[in-house]
Amino acid sequence: MDFLLKNFWELTVTGLTQGSIYALVALGYTLVYGVLRLINFAHSEVFMVGTFGALFALEGMGLNANSDVTSASAAIGYLIVAALAAAAASGVTAVIVERVAYRPLRRRNAPTLVFLITAIGASLAMSEGFAIWRGRDNEAFPTVIDPKTQFKFFDASVSNLDILIFLTAIVMMFSLDTFMRRTRLGRGVRAVAQDPDSAALMGVNKNRVISLTFLLGGIMAGGAAILYGLRFGVTKYDVGFLLGVKAFTAAVLGGIGNLRGALIGGLALGLVENYGSAIVGSQWRDVVAYVTLVVVLMFRPTGILGESLGKARA
Amino acid sequence: MLLEISDLDVYYGRIQALRGVSLSVDDGEIVTLIGANGAGKTTLLRALSGLRAVSRGTVTFEGKDITHERADLRVVHGISQAPEGRGIFPGMNVQENLEMGAYSRKDRKSKAYREDFDRVLGLFPRLAERRRQFGGTLSGGEQQMLTIGRALMSRPKVLLLDEPSMGLAPKLIQQIFTIVEEINQQGTTVLLVEQNAQQALSRAHRAYVMETGSIVKEGTGKALLADPAVKEAYLGVA
Repeated sequence: MDFLLKNFWELTVTGLTQGSIYALVALGYTLVYGVLRLINFAHSEVFMVGTFGALFALEGMGLNANSDVTSASAAIGYLIVAALAAAAASGVTAVIVERVAYRPLRRRNAPTLVFLITAIGASLAMSEGFAIWRGRDNEAFPTVIDPKTQFKFFDASVSNLDILIFLTAIVMMFSLDTFMRRTRLGRGVRAVAQDPDSAALMGVNKNRVISLTFLLGGIMAGGAAILYGLRFGVTKYDVGFLLGVKAFTAAVLGGIGNLRGALIGGLALGLVENYGSAIVGSQWRDVVAYVTLVVVLMFRPTGILGESLGKARA
Repeated sequence: MLLEISDLDVYYGRIQALRGVSLSVDDGEIVTLIGANGAGKTTLLRALSGLRAVSRGTVTFEGKDITHERADLRVVHGISQAPEGRGIFPGMNVQENLEMGAYSRKDRKSKAYREDFDRVLGLFPRLAERRRQFGGTLSGGEQQMLTIGRALMSRPKVLLLDEPSMGLAPKLIQQIFTIVEEINQQGTTVLLVEQNAQQALSRAHRAYVMETGSIVKEGTGKALLADPAVKEAYLGVA
Protein backbone atom coordinates (compact mmCIF):
# COMPACT_ATOMS: atom_id res chain seq x y z
CA MET A 1 0.00 0.00 0.00
CA ASP A 2 2.85 2.24 0.95
CA PHE A 3 4.49 1.57 -2.41
CA LEU A 4 1.29 2.47 -4.21
CA LEU A 5 0.97 5.81 -2.44
CA LYS A 6 4.60 6.69 -2.90
CA ASN A 7 4.56 5.90 -6.59
CA PHE A 8 0.95 6.74 -7.36
CA TRP A 9 1.58 9.26 -10.14
CA GLU A 10 4.36 7.23 -11.70
CA LEU A 11 2.01 4.24 -11.84
CA THR A 12 -0.73 6.43 -13.27
CA VAL A 13 1.46 7.55 -16.16
CA THR A 14 2.57 3.98 -16.90
CA GLY A 15 -1.00 2.74 -16.61
CA LEU A 16 -2.33 5.33 -19.02
CA THR A 17 0.29 4.64 -21.68
CA GLN A 18 -0.20 0.87 -21.47
CA GLY A 19 -3.92 1.40 -21.35
CA SER A 20 -3.75 3.48 -24.54
CA ILE A 21 -2.26 0.52 -26.39
CA TYR A 22 -4.88 -1.83 -24.94
CA ALA A 23 -7.61 0.57 -25.98
CA LEU A 24 -6.45 0.79 -29.60
CA VAL A 25 -6.41 -2.98 -29.92
CA ALA A 26 -9.71 -3.26 -28.04
CA LEU A 27 -11.39 -1.15 -30.75
CA GLY A 28 -10.83 -3.96 -33.24
CA TYR A 29 -12.63 -6.49 -31.03
CA THR A 30 -15.44 -4.10 -30.33
CA LEU A 31 -15.98 -3.04 -33.96
CA VAL A 32 -16.21 -6.58 -35.26
CA TYR A 33 -18.36 -7.67 -32.36
CA GLY A 34 -20.73 -4.77 -32.89
CA VAL A 35 -21.35 -5.67 -36.51
CA LEU A 36 -21.06 -9.48 -36.56
CA ARG A 37 -21.55 -10.48 -32.90
CA LEU A 38 -18.30 -12.36 -33.38
CA ILE A 39 -15.23 -12.39 -31.16
CA ASN A 40 -12.42 -12.21 -33.67
CA PHE A 41 -9.66 -14.08 -31.86
CA ALA A 42 -7.41 -13.59 -34.88
CA HIS A 43 -7.27 -9.88 -34.02
CA SER A 44 -4.26 -10.47 -31.75
CA GLU A 45 -2.35 -11.67 -34.82
CA VAL A 46 -3.57 -8.69 -36.82
CA PHE A 47 -1.72 -6.66 -34.19
CA MET A 48 1.33 -8.94 -34.36
CA VAL A 49 1.57 -8.52 -38.15
CA GLY A 50 1.46 -4.75 -37.57
CA THR A 51 4.49 -4.86 -35.28
CA PHE A 52 6.42 -6.66 -38.01
CA GLY A 53 5.16 -4.20 -40.59
CA ALA A 54 6.61 -1.35 -38.52
CA LEU A 55 9.84 -3.25 -37.88
CA PHE A 56 10.39 -4.06 -41.57
CA ALA A 57 9.66 -0.48 -42.55
CA LEU A 58 12.26 0.83 -40.09
CA GLU A 59 14.81 -1.75 -41.22
CA GLY A 60 13.98 -0.96 -44.83
CA MET A 61 14.92 2.65 -44.18
CA GLY A 62 18.35 1.47 -43.06
CA LEU A 63 17.84 1.43 -39.30
CA ASN A 64 18.86 -1.46 -37.07
CA ALA A 65 18.81 -2.18 -33.35
CA ASN A 66 22.02 -0.23 -32.83
CA SER A 67 21.08 2.85 -34.81
CA ASP A 68 20.87 6.14 -33.08
CA VAL A 69 18.38 8.63 -34.45
CA THR A 70 19.49 12.02 -33.26
CA SER A 71 17.52 14.62 -35.16
CA ALA A 72 13.90 15.13 -34.27
CA SER A 73 12.77 15.67 -37.85
CA ALA A 74 14.36 12.40 -38.96
CA ALA A 75 12.65 10.61 -36.08
CA ILE A 76 9.28 12.03 -37.11
CA GLY A 77 9.86 10.94 -40.70
CA TYR A 78 10.76 7.40 -39.65
CA LEU A 79 7.78 7.22 -37.36
CA ILE A 80 5.27 8.32 -39.97
CA VAL A 81 6.52 5.77 -42.49
CA ALA A 82 6.61 3.01 -39.88
CA ALA A 83 3.13 3.89 -38.63
CA LEU A 84 1.71 3.82 -42.14
CA ALA A 85 3.41 0.48 -42.78
CA ALA A 86 2.01 -0.97 -39.56
CA ALA A 87 -1.50 0.31 -40.29
CA ALA A 88 -1.37 -1.05 -43.83
CA ALA A 89 -0.02 -4.43 -42.70
CA SER A 90 -2.64 -4.82 -39.97
CA GLY A 91 -5.50 -3.41 -42.01
CA VAL A 92 -4.83 -5.64 -45.00
CA THR A 93 -4.34 -8.68 -42.75
CA ALA A 94 -7.67 -8.05 -41.04
CA VAL A 95 -9.51 -7.74 -44.35
CA ILE A 96 -7.89 -10.91 -45.68
CA VAL A 97 -8.82 -12.83 -42.51
CA GLU A 98 -12.41 -11.76 -43.00
CA ARG A 99 -12.44 -12.76 -46.65
CA VAL A 100 -10.71 -16.09 -46.23
CA ALA A 101 -11.93 -17.28 -42.85
CA TYR A 102 -15.29 -15.70 -42.11
CA ARG A 103 -17.07 -14.75 -45.32
CA PRO A 104 -17.34 -18.31 -46.65
CA LEU A 105 -18.90 -19.33 -43.33
CA ARG A 106 -21.35 -16.45 -43.47
CA ARG A 107 -22.43 -17.44 -46.95
CA ARG A 108 -23.25 -20.90 -45.60
CA ASN A 109 -25.01 -19.56 -42.49
CA ALA A 110 -22.62 -21.45 -40.24
CA PRO A 111 -23.45 -21.62 -36.52
CA THR A 112 -21.67 -19.27 -34.10
CA LEU A 113 -19.48 -22.00 -32.67
CA VAL A 114 -17.95 -22.67 -36.09
CA PHE A 115 -16.97 -19.00 -36.39
CA LEU A 116 -15.34 -19.14 -32.98
CA ILE A 117 -13.30 -22.22 -33.79
CA THR A 118 -12.31 -20.73 -37.15
CA ALA A 119 -11.17 -17.57 -35.35
CA ILE A 120 -8.96 -19.56 -33.01
CA GLY A 121 -7.62 -21.56 -35.95
CA ALA A 122 -6.80 -18.42 -37.93
CA SER A 123 -5.05 -16.97 -34.89
CA LEU A 124 -2.88 -20.04 -34.38
CA ALA A 125 -2.11 -20.39 -38.08
CA MET A 126 -0.84 -16.83 -38.32
CA SER A 127 1.29 -16.86 -35.18
CA GLU A 128 2.80 -20.25 -36.01
CA GLY A 129 3.36 -19.11 -39.59
CA PHE A 130 5.39 -16.17 -38.28
CA ALA A 131 7.23 -18.47 -35.86
CA ILE A 132 8.35 -20.64 -38.78
CA TRP A 133 9.28 -17.65 -40.90
CA ARG A 134 10.93 -15.42 -38.30
CA GLY A 135 11.89 -17.90 -35.56
CA ARG A 136 10.72 -17.85 -31.98
CA ASP A 137 13.12 -15.28 -30.55
CA ASN A 138 12.61 -11.62 -29.93
CA GLU A 139 13.51 -9.22 -32.69
CA ALA A 140 14.66 -5.81 -31.52
CA PHE A 141 13.24 -2.53 -32.76
CA PRO A 142 15.58 0.35 -33.60
CA THR A 143 15.44 3.10 -31.03
CA VAL A 144 13.69 5.85 -32.92
CA ILE A 145 12.69 7.83 -29.87
CA ASP A 146 14.96 7.96 -26.87
CA PRO A 147 12.63 8.55 -23.91
CA LYS A 148 13.44 11.86 -22.26
CA THR A 149 11.54 13.41 -19.42
CA GLN A 150 9.55 16.34 -20.72
CA PHE A 151 7.79 17.51 -17.59
CA LYS A 152 6.67 16.43 -14.15
CA PHE A 153 3.10 15.39 -13.60
CA PHE A 154 2.88 15.84 -9.81
CA ASP A 155 5.98 13.82 -8.89
CA ALA A 156 5.93 11.52 -11.94
CA SER A 157 8.17 12.17 -14.88
CA VAL A 158 6.43 12.12 -18.23
CA SER A 159 8.58 11.28 -21.23
CA ASN A 160 8.20 12.32 -24.85
CA LEU A 161 7.30 8.69 -25.60
CA ASP A 162 4.51 8.66 -23.00
CA ILE A 163 3.07 11.79 -24.54
CA LEU A 164 3.32 10.40 -28.07
CA ILE A 165 1.60 7.12 -27.13
CA PHE A 166 -1.24 8.76 -25.25
CA LEU A 167 -1.89 11.46 -27.84
CA THR A 168 -1.70 9.09 -30.81
CA ALA A 169 -4.23 6.76 -29.19
CA ILE A 170 -6.61 9.59 -28.34
CA VAL A 171 -6.38 11.16 -31.81
CA MET A 172 -6.93 7.82 -33.56
CA MET A 173 -9.95 7.03 -31.42
CA PHE A 174 -11.43 10.46 -31.84
CA SER A 175 -11.05 10.20 -35.61
CA LEU A 176 -12.73 6.80 -35.64
CA ASP A 177 -15.60 8.06 -33.50
CA THR A 178 -16.10 11.04 -35.80
CA PHE A 179 -15.97 8.82 -38.87
CA MET A 180 -18.71 6.63 -37.42
CA ARG A 181 -20.96 9.53 -36.55
CA ARG A 182 -20.46 11.90 -39.45
CA THR A 183 -19.75 9.99 -42.63
CA ARG A 184 -22.12 8.03 -44.81
CA LEU A 185 -20.04 4.86 -44.58
CA GLY A 186 -19.74 5.22 -40.82
CA ARG A 187 -23.49 5.43 -40.57
CA GLY A 188 -23.75 2.35 -42.76
CA VAL A 189 -21.62 0.50 -40.19
CA ARG A 190 -23.83 1.71 -37.35
CA ALA A 191 -26.95 0.73 -39.27
CA VAL A 192 -25.70 -2.82 -39.79
CA ALA A 193 -24.78 -3.02 -36.11
CA GLN A 194 -28.24 -1.87 -35.03
CA ASP A 195 -30.38 -3.86 -37.46
CA PRO A 196 -28.71 -5.76 -40.32
CA ASP A 197 -31.96 -6.44 -42.21
CA SER A 198 -33.13 -2.85 -42.03
CA ALA A 199 -29.69 -1.73 -43.15
CA ALA A 200 -29.99 -3.93 -46.25
CA LEU A 201 -33.42 -2.42 -46.92
CA MET A 202 -31.78 1.03 -46.90
CA GLY A 203 -29.38 -0.12 -49.61
CA VAL A 204 -26.37 -0.77 -47.37
CA ASN A 205 -24.05 -3.40 -48.83
CA LYS A 206 -23.46 -5.59 -45.81
CA ASN A 207 -20.34 -7.31 -47.08
CA ARG A 208 -18.71 -3.99 -47.84
CA VAL A 209 -19.56 -2.70 -44.37
CA ILE A 210 -18.07 -5.83 -42.82
CA SER A 211 -14.84 -5.45 -44.81
CA LEU A 212 -14.67 -1.82 -43.78
CA THR A 213 -15.17 -2.77 -40.15
CA PHE A 214 -12.25 -5.20 -40.27
CA LEU A 215 -10.12 -2.63 -42.08
CA LEU A 216 -10.79 0.06 -39.46
CA GLY A 217 -10.12 -2.36 -36.60
CA GLY A 218 -6.91 -3.40 -38.34
CA ILE A 219 -5.73 0.18 -38.78
CA MET A 220 -6.29 0.83 -35.07
CA ALA A 221 -4.30 -2.33 -34.25
CA GLY A 222 -1.55 -1.10 -36.58
CA GLY A 223 -1.41 2.15 -34.60
CA ALA A 224 -1.11 0.13 -31.43
CA ALA A 225 1.62 -2.00 -33.03
CA ILE A 226 4.00 0.88 -33.79
CA LEU A 227 3.43 2.36 -30.33
CA TYR A 228 4.10 -1.03 -28.77
CA GLY A 229 7.31 -1.38 -30.75
CA LEU A 230 8.49 2.05 -29.57
CA ARG A 231 7.65 1.36 -25.98
CA PHE A 232 8.76 -2.25 -25.50
CA GLY A 233 11.39 -2.38 -28.23
CA VAL A 234 10.84 -6.01 -29.25
CA THR A 235 8.40 -8.21 -31.10
CA LYS A 236 7.98 -11.90 -32.00
CA TYR A 237 5.41 -14.31 -33.32
CA ASP A 238 3.35 -14.52 -30.11
CA VAL A 239 3.52 -10.85 -29.14
CA GLY A 240 -0.21 -10.53 -29.79
CA PHE A 241 -1.32 -13.30 -27.50
CA LEU A 242 -1.28 -11.74 -24.04
CA LEU A 243 -1.90 -8.26 -25.42
CA GLY A 244 -4.88 -9.56 -27.37
CA VAL A 245 -6.33 -11.20 -24.29
CA LYS A 246 -5.84 -7.97 -22.35
CA ALA A 247 -7.37 -5.85 -25.10
CA PHE A 248 -10.34 -8.18 -25.35
CA THR A 249 -10.70 -7.88 -21.58
CA ALA A 250 -10.59 -4.10 -21.93
CA ALA A 251 -13.32 -4.24 -24.59
CA VAL A 252 -15.56 -6.32 -22.35
CA LEU A 253 -14.76 -4.16 -19.34
CA GLY A 254 -15.80 -1.00 -21.17
CA GLY A 255 -18.83 -2.63 -22.79
CA ILE A 256 -18.16 -4.67 -25.92
CA GLY A 257 -19.60 -3.18 -29.08
CA ASN A 258 -19.12 0.33 -27.73
CA LEU A 259 -16.27 2.43 -29.16
CA ARG A 260 -15.94 4.77 -26.22
CA GLY A 261 -16.18 1.76 -23.96
CA ALA A 262 -12.99 0.42 -25.55
CA LEU A 263 -11.16 3.62 -24.62
CA ILE A 264 -12.44 3.64 -21.06
CA GLY A 265 -11.94 -0.10 -20.65
CA GLY A 266 -8.39 0.09 -21.98
CA LEU A 267 -7.33 2.97 -19.77
CA ALA A 268 -9.09 1.47 -16.74
CA LEU A 269 -7.38 -1.86 -17.28
CA GLY A 270 -3.96 -0.22 -17.64
CA LEU A 271 -4.45 1.72 -14.41
CA VAL A 272 -5.89 -1.16 -12.40
CA GLU A 273 -3.05 -3.47 -13.43
CA ASN A 274 -0.43 -0.99 -12.36
CA TYR A 275 -2.09 0.03 -9.10
CA GLY A 276 -2.92 -3.59 -8.33
CA SER A 277 0.55 -4.91 -8.91
CA ALA A 278 1.90 -2.13 -6.71
CA ILE A 279 -0.30 -3.36 -3.88
CA VAL A 280 0.01 -7.14 -4.14
CA GLY A 281 3.21 -7.51 -6.17
CA SER A 282 3.81 -7.40 -9.89
CA GLN A 283 3.63 -11.18 -10.29
CA TRP A 284 -0.10 -10.77 -9.62
CA ARG A 285 -0.58 -8.19 -12.37
CA ASP A 286 -2.71 -10.39 -14.64
CA VAL A 287 -4.69 -11.82 -11.73
CA VAL A 288 -5.59 -8.31 -10.61
CA ALA A 289 -6.79 -7.51 -14.12
CA TYR A 290 -9.11 -10.48 -14.29
CA VAL A 291 -10.44 -10.17 -10.75
CA THR A 292 -11.38 -6.60 -11.65
CA LEU A 293 -13.10 -7.78 -14.79
CA VAL A 294 -15.13 -10.38 -12.89
CA VAL A 295 -16.11 -7.91 -10.19
CA VAL A 296 -17.19 -5.27 -12.72
CA LEU A 297 -19.20 -7.79 -14.70
CA MET A 298 -20.93 -8.97 -11.53
CA PHE A 299 -22.38 -5.51 -11.03
CA ARG A 300 -22.54 -4.36 -14.65
CA PRO A 301 -22.86 -7.41 -16.88
CA THR A 302 -22.66 -5.32 -20.05
CA GLY A 303 -19.48 -3.50 -18.98
CA ILE A 304 -18.86 0.05 -17.80
CA LEU A 305 -20.65 1.86 -20.64
CA GLY A 306 -22.61 -1.16 -21.71
CA GLU A 307 -24.29 -0.01 -24.90
CA SER A 308 -23.64 -1.60 -28.21
CA LEU A 309 -21.83 0.13 -31.08
CA GLY A 310 -25.14 0.64 -32.77
CA LYS A 311 -26.94 2.02 -29.81
CA ALA A 312 -24.15 4.34 -28.76
CA ARG A 313 -25.96 7.62 -28.75
CA ALA A 314 -23.45 10.21 -29.67
CA MET B 1 -46.18 -4.45 -65.37
CA LEU B 2 -43.87 -2.70 -62.94
CA LEU B 3 -43.39 -5.71 -60.70
CA GLU B 4 -44.13 -9.25 -61.78
CA ILE B 5 -43.78 -12.28 -59.54
CA SER B 6 -44.27 -15.65 -61.10
CA ASP B 7 -44.44 -19.11 -59.58
CA LEU B 8 -42.33 -18.28 -56.56
CA ASP B 9 -41.22 -20.96 -54.07
CA VAL B 10 -39.46 -20.01 -50.83
CA TYR B 11 -38.29 -22.36 -48.10
CA TYR B 12 -37.31 -21.89 -44.47
CA GLY B 13 -35.06 -24.89 -44.05
CA ARG B 14 -37.37 -27.75 -44.97
CA ILE B 15 -40.58 -25.85 -44.47
CA GLN B 16 -42.05 -24.42 -47.63
CA ALA B 17 -43.30 -20.90 -46.91
CA LEU B 18 -44.38 -19.89 -50.43
CA ARG B 19 -45.87 -22.26 -52.99
CA GLY B 20 -45.93 -21.09 -56.57
CA VAL B 21 -46.94 -17.53 -55.78
CA SER B 22 -47.74 -15.33 -58.78
CA LEU B 23 -48.67 -11.70 -58.38
CA SER B 24 -48.27 -8.51 -60.32
CA VAL B 25 -48.26 -4.82 -59.55
CA ASP B 26 -48.83 -2.23 -62.25
CA ASP B 27 -47.41 1.27 -62.28
CA GLY B 28 -49.49 3.62 -60.13
CA GLU B 29 -51.55 0.97 -58.35
CA ILE B 30 -52.22 0.18 -54.73
CA VAL B 31 -52.19 -3.60 -54.58
CA THR B 32 -53.12 -5.27 -51.32
CA LEU B 33 -52.21 -8.71 -50.08
CA ILE B 34 -54.37 -9.96 -47.22
CA GLY B 35 -54.17 -13.18 -45.28
CA ALA B 36 -53.98 -14.64 -41.80
CA ASN B 37 -50.92 -14.71 -39.59
CA GLY B 38 -48.34 -17.11 -41.00
CA ALA B 39 -49.85 -17.19 -44.48
CA GLY B 40 -46.51 -16.11 -45.97
CA LYS B 41 -47.15 -12.42 -46.62
CA THR B 42 -44.03 -11.17 -44.84
CA THR B 43 -41.96 -13.91 -46.48
CA LEU B 44 -43.08 -12.67 -49.88
CA LEU B 45 -42.02 -9.10 -49.08
CA ARG B 46 -38.69 -10.31 -47.70
CA ALA B 47 -38.10 -12.26 -50.90
CA LEU B 48 -38.99 -9.19 -52.96
CA SER B 49 -36.46 -7.10 -51.05
CA GLY B 50 -33.78 -9.77 -51.35
CA LEU B 51 -33.64 -10.69 -47.67
CA ARG B 52 -34.84 -14.23 -48.43
CA ALA B 53 -33.45 -16.54 -51.07
CA VAL B 54 -35.87 -17.84 -53.69
CA SER B 55 -35.77 -21.53 -54.65
CA ARG B 56 -37.91 -21.40 -57.78
CA GLY B 57 -39.75 -18.84 -59.86
CA THR B 58 -38.85 -15.34 -60.95
CA VAL B 59 -39.22 -11.74 -59.85
CA THR B 60 -39.19 -9.19 -62.66
CA PHE B 61 -38.97 -5.46 -62.02
CA GLU B 62 -39.38 -3.05 -64.96
CA GLY B 63 -38.80 -5.97 -67.30
CA LYS B 64 -35.51 -6.93 -65.62
CA ASP B 65 -35.04 -10.25 -63.84
CA ILE B 66 -34.03 -9.45 -60.25
CA THR B 67 -34.79 -12.84 -58.68
CA HIS B 68 -31.26 -13.22 -57.33
CA GLU B 69 -30.24 -9.56 -57.15
CA ARG B 70 -28.47 -8.36 -53.99
CA ALA B 71 -30.74 -6.67 -51.44
CA ASP B 72 -28.89 -3.33 -51.46
CA LEU B 73 -29.06 -3.06 -55.25
CA ARG B 74 -32.84 -3.53 -55.29
CA VAL B 75 -33.13 -0.28 -53.38
CA VAL B 76 -31.11 1.40 -56.12
CA HIS B 77 -33.52 -0.04 -58.72
CA GLY B 78 -36.45 1.53 -56.86
CA ILE B 79 -37.87 -1.09 -54.52
CA SER B 80 -38.17 0.14 -50.96
CA GLN B 81 -39.69 -1.55 -47.95
CA ALA B 82 -41.12 -0.43 -44.63
CA PRO B 83 -40.69 -3.73 -42.78
CA GLU B 84 -42.91 -5.45 -40.27
CA GLY B 85 -42.00 -4.59 -36.69
CA ARG B 86 -40.71 -1.35 -38.20
CA GLY B 87 -36.96 -1.95 -38.00
CA ILE B 88 -36.12 1.55 -36.81
CA PHE B 89 -32.46 2.18 -35.96
CA PRO B 90 -32.86 2.69 -32.21
CA GLY B 91 -29.56 4.52 -31.68
CA MET B 92 -30.14 7.07 -34.42
CA ASN B 93 -32.43 10.03 -34.11
CA VAL B 94 -35.37 10.70 -36.40
CA GLN B 95 -33.31 12.84 -38.73
CA GLU B 96 -30.54 10.23 -39.02
CA ASN B 97 -33.07 7.46 -39.59
CA LEU B 98 -34.56 9.42 -42.47
CA GLU B 99 -31.09 10.10 -43.85
CA MET B 100 -30.39 6.36 -43.73
CA GLY B 101 -33.40 5.96 -46.01
CA ALA B 102 -31.52 7.97 -48.63
CA TYR B 103 -28.30 5.98 -48.18
CA SER B 104 -28.35 4.65 -51.73
CA ARG B 105 -28.96 8.04 -53.34
CA LYS B 106 -26.18 9.85 -55.11
CA ASP B 107 -27.85 13.28 -54.97
CA ARG B 108 -27.81 13.84 -51.21
CA LYS B 109 -26.77 17.46 -51.57
CA SER B 110 -29.31 18.32 -54.24
CA LYS B 111 -32.52 20.30 -54.23
CA ALA B 112 -34.53 17.18 -55.11
CA TYR B 113 -33.22 15.51 -51.98
CA ARG B 114 -34.24 18.41 -49.75
CA GLU B 115 -37.65 18.47 -51.39
CA ASP B 116 -38.13 14.77 -50.65
CA PHE B 117 -37.10 15.42 -47.10
CA ASP B 118 -39.65 18.20 -46.80
CA ARG B 119 -42.28 16.05 -48.47
CA VAL B 120 -41.82 13.31 -45.86
CA LEU B 121 -41.96 15.83 -43.03
CA GLY B 122 -45.07 17.26 -44.69
CA LEU B 123 -46.73 13.86 -44.73
CA PHE B 124 -45.73 13.23 -41.13
CA PRO B 125 -45.61 16.52 -39.20
CA ARG B 126 -45.03 14.53 -36.01
CA LEU B 127 -41.63 13.51 -37.29
CA ALA B 128 -40.68 17.13 -37.80
CA GLU B 129 -41.45 17.79 -34.14
CA ARG B 130 -39.38 14.80 -33.05
CA ARG B 131 -36.37 15.29 -35.31
CA ARG B 132 -33.73 15.03 -32.59
CA GLN B 133 -35.42 12.23 -30.68
CA PHE B 134 -33.90 8.73 -30.80
CA GLY B 135 -35.69 6.03 -32.74
CA GLY B 136 -35.90 3.75 -29.72
CA THR B 137 -37.86 6.31 -27.69
CA LEU B 138 -40.69 6.93 -30.17
CA SER B 139 -44.25 5.68 -29.70
CA GLY B 140 -45.54 2.87 -31.89
CA GLY B 141 -47.41 5.22 -34.19
CA GLU B 142 -44.42 7.53 -34.53
CA GLN B 143 -42.17 4.57 -35.34
CA GLN B 144 -44.60 3.49 -38.03
CA MET B 145 -44.56 6.97 -39.53
CA LEU B 146 -40.77 6.97 -39.38
CA THR B 147 -40.45 3.60 -41.07
CA ILE B 148 -42.74 4.68 -43.93
CA GLY B 149 -41.05 8.07 -44.23
CA ARG B 150 -37.63 6.44 -44.22
CA ALA B 151 -38.67 4.04 -46.99
CA LEU B 152 -39.84 7.03 -49.07
CA MET B 153 -36.48 8.77 -48.77
CA SER B 154 -34.94 6.48 -51.39
CA ARG B 155 -37.52 7.80 -53.89
CA PRO B 156 -38.88 4.34 -54.64
CA LYS B 157 -40.89 3.37 -57.69
CA VAL B 158 -42.66 0.79 -55.58
CA LEU B 159 -43.16 0.95 -51.83
CA LEU B 160 -43.61 -2.33 -49.98
CA LEU B 161 -45.55 -1.87 -46.75
CA ASP B 162 -45.69 -4.71 -44.25
CA GLU B 163 -48.62 -4.36 -41.85
CA PRO B 164 -48.48 -0.63 -41.25
CA SER B 165 -51.58 -0.82 -39.03
CA MET B 166 -50.15 -3.40 -36.65
CA GLY B 167 -50.46 -2.48 -32.99
CA LEU B 168 -51.92 0.97 -33.63
CA ALA B 169 -55.05 2.60 -32.19
CA PRO B 170 -58.07 2.72 -34.58
CA LYS B 171 -57.80 6.45 -35.12
CA LEU B 172 -54.14 6.19 -36.01
CA ILE B 173 -54.87 3.30 -38.38
CA GLN B 174 -57.27 5.53 -40.32
CA GLN B 175 -54.62 8.21 -40.49
CA ILE B 176 -51.91 5.83 -41.72
CA PHE B 177 -54.13 4.44 -44.48
CA THR B 178 -55.06 7.94 -45.59
CA ILE B 179 -51.38 8.77 -45.84
CA VAL B 180 -50.74 5.61 -47.85
CA GLU B 181 -53.37 6.78 -50.35
CA GLU B 182 -51.76 10.21 -50.42
CA ILE B 183 -48.36 8.68 -51.15
CA ASN B 184 -49.91 6.71 -53.97
CA GLN B 185 -51.58 9.81 -55.40
CA GLN B 186 -48.21 11.56 -55.36
CA GLY B 187 -47.03 8.89 -57.78
CA THR B 188 -45.58 5.96 -55.81
CA THR B 189 -46.83 2.47 -56.52
CA VAL B 190 -47.75 0.59 -53.33
CA LEU B 191 -47.81 -3.09 -52.44
CA LEU B 192 -49.56 -3.29 -49.11
CA VAL B 193 -49.59 -6.37 -46.88
CA GLU B 194 -52.28 -6.26 -44.23
CA GLN B 195 -54.33 -8.18 -41.72
CA ASN B 196 -56.73 -5.28 -41.41
CA ALA B 197 -58.64 -6.44 -44.49
CA GLN B 198 -61.50 -3.93 -44.32
CA GLN B 199 -59.25 -0.89 -44.50
CA ALA B 200 -56.77 -2.40 -46.92
CA LEU B 201 -59.34 -3.69 -49.42
CA SER B 202 -61.37 -0.51 -49.44
CA ARG B 203 -58.33 1.50 -50.50
CA ALA B 204 -56.78 -0.96 -52.95
CA HIS B 205 -57.15 -0.98 -56.71
CA ARG B 206 -56.54 -4.69 -56.78
CA ALA B 207 -56.06 -7.32 -54.13
CA TYR B 208 -54.87 -10.87 -53.49
CA VAL B 209 -55.76 -13.30 -50.72
CA MET B 210 -53.05 -15.59 -49.42
CA GLU B 211 -53.53 -18.82 -47.48
CA THR B 212 -50.73 -21.13 -46.29
CA GLY B 213 -48.24 -19.90 -48.83
CA SER B 214 -50.47 -19.76 -51.90
CA ILE B 215 -52.59 -17.12 -53.57
CA VAL B 216 -56.19 -18.36 -53.37
CA LYS B 217 -58.12 -15.38 -54.70
CA GLU B 218 -57.58 -12.18 -56.60
CA GLY B 219 -59.72 -9.35 -57.86
CA THR B 220 -60.41 -5.66 -57.44
CA GLY B 221 -60.53 -4.35 -53.89
CA LYS B 222 -64.27 -3.77 -54.17
CA ALA B 223 -64.98 -7.25 -55.54
CA LEU B 224 -63.11 -8.94 -52.72
CA LEU B 225 -64.84 -6.74 -50.12
CA ALA B 226 -68.14 -8.06 -51.46
CA ASP B 227 -66.98 -11.68 -51.74
CA PRO B 228 -68.87 -13.85 -49.21
CA ALA B 229 -65.91 -16.13 -48.49
CA VAL B 230 -63.60 -13.17 -47.89
CA LYS B 231 -66.25 -11.56 -45.71
CA GLU B 232 -66.50 -14.60 -43.55
CA ALA B 233 -62.80 -15.32 -43.22
CA TYR B 234 -61.30 -11.83 -43.02
CA LEU B 235 -63.98 -9.28 -42.30
CA GLY B 236 -65.66 -11.00 -39.39
CA VAL B 237 -69.05 -10.92 -41.07
CA ALA B 238 -71.08 -14.13 -41.23
